[in-house]
Amino acid sequence: MVKSPRFSFSKVMLVLGLLFLYLPMVVLIVYSFNASRLVSVWAGFSTHWYGELFRDQQILSAVWMSLKIAFYSASMAVCLGTLCAFVMTRFKRLRGRTLLSSMISAPLVMPEVITGLSLLLLFVQMAQTIGWPADRGMATIWIAHTTFCSAYVAVVVSARLREVDRTVEEAAMDLGCTPLKTFFVITLPVIAPALVSGWLLAFTLSLDDLVIASFVSGPGATTLPMVVFSSVRLGVSPKINALATLIILTVSLIAFIAWYLMRRGEEKRKRS
Amino acid sequence: MARKPTRSPLMERVRAVLFHRRVVFGIPFLWLLLFFLLPFALVLKISFSSAVMAIPPYQPVFSFVDNTVSVVVNFSNYLFLMSDSLYIAAYWGSVKIAFVSTLVCLLIGYPMAYAMARASARIQLVLLLMVMLPSWTSFLIRVYAWMGILGNQGLLNNLLLWLGIISEPLKMLNTNVAVVLGIAYAYLPFMVLPIYTNLVKLDVRLLEAASDLGCRSLTTFWTITLPLSKAGIIAGSMLVFIPAVGEFVIPELLGGPDTLMIGKVLWEEFFNNRDWPVASSLAIVMLALLLIPIVLFHRLQTREMEKDG
Repeated sequence: MVKSPRFSFSKVMLVLGLLFLYLPMVVLIVYSFNASRLVSVWAGFSTHWYGELFRDQQILSAVWMSLKIAFYSASMAVCLGTLCAFVMTRFKRLRGRTLLSSMISAPLVMPEVITGLSLLLLFVQMAQTIGWPADRGMATIWIAHTTFCSAYVAVVVSARLREVDRTVEEAAMDLGCTPLKTFFVITLPVIAPALVSGWLLAFTLSLDDLVIASFVSGPGATTLPMVVFSSVRLGVSPKINALATLIILTVSLIAFIAWYLMRRGEEKRKRS
Repeated sequence: MARKPTRSPLMERVRAVLFHRRVVFGIPFLWLLLFFLLPFALVLKISFSSAVMAIPPYQPVFSFVDNTVSVVVNFSNYLFLMSDSLYIAAYWGSVKIAFVSTLVCLLIGYPMAYAMARASARIQLVLLLMVMLPSWTSFLIRVYAWMGILGNQGLLNNLLLWLGIISEPLKMLNTNVAVVLGIAYAYLPFMVLPIYTNLVKLDVRLLEAASDLGCRSLTTFWTITLPLSKAGIIAGSMLVFIPAVGEFVIPELLGGPDTLMIGKVLWEEFFNNRDWPVASSLAIVMLALLLIPIVLFHRLQTREMEKDG
């Protein structure tokens, strides 16, 4: 603030807090290379567990299933979330708006067990009355994930929409551009970064969800968190450590690329 | 449109705008009505039903008998929840553990957010990514990491034994302390972020004025910074407290047999006992319990979303 000492209480806490966040993940990574099955013994460096991981057909098919669901859910959530963000930021005074805003922000904090249970009961009821979905699986997980991911997308996109200079949109409309064309030509390019980050956030949220998927899934669809959970319940497993390491490294790589792009963009803006 | 402005362009434009508005509003509205609000109505309905051995395993609340709708409302599930001390203990345990975890998050998170907001813009971006990054990896795996650390044969016990601080392993895993630690660990980014966004917007001139007028830095913090970051503190606390109350994964993996949390009890009622009506009434009571924090959070959130740029 005014004068910022070299070592302040808050700086020390920041370092300790980051250590607290990262040390457990470092431990996972280190132990994924342990030759021994036990956590307590270090039996030397080995990539044995990675080989085991890639031979595990159940895990591999669960990864594929999770990626597919996350892709479809994130794409749909971006569409719904952006529409919601538009209503929230642009349409003041519209009937039903308050209800929509309650419904979109509630999933942000709703305990997962409640969301999962309520959606399952809906699907069971639907199957009884209209005969669909006959089997719960990918489609029902997709609906459930889309619903709760939309809330996060709406938050991210509405933050960006508020910053957009509306005079350009108004100018386009005054010159006879239809609202739809204005959106695609003017607004969309401006909010595209927010759509990308919203999509990525929705993708990771869907990939990560265990509780809601467990409720609404059927015997046909097993997602990665479900496989990991049933294995982890029995105790520490080196194969899961290897999987964790791969996940952490992938996410770190993407975060690093995002950071690099953001920094380059900033420098370009400064220079021009 | 621009090339054929003959047919009352203004009216046509107004109609187009209204039509687009209706579509833009209608699609997400219908989706959420069907997949968010209706499910809650169903939970409420089934909480008044009773369990039967059938598919689906509950008695219908509404049924047609001789062309009249008969409604069988059954309060027995709620009475059952009240009479069994297990459920009351589970609700109380959840609130207690969630409250302590939120407090721990706040005590760690606030100074972190404060230091982040004071860093230079370039470092701020790096720190922000570093705080967010763990929440983008798998939640399940981050909780699982603590199983290896806290176990009787785990890393922490081995370290303490090796240092000679303890002579026999401490029981850390499968305790309430482990659950609090796990929740604080998993939800820390959600506490730091809202406080950080709040502190970053703080007008530095206020602090300068206070310092110019001879205010000591600690007094400045208590009288200016803390009250002005109230919205961030509330938002962060709600983002931790509300999901923590219904948490299932953390008490299941890190908690012990004496860890009673309502999310876990609901899961067991549903999956192990297959008692859907009791699980539904557990959800309804949990929702009622969380109504005040959820409304509080919602008001903050809408104010934030509707603010003009």
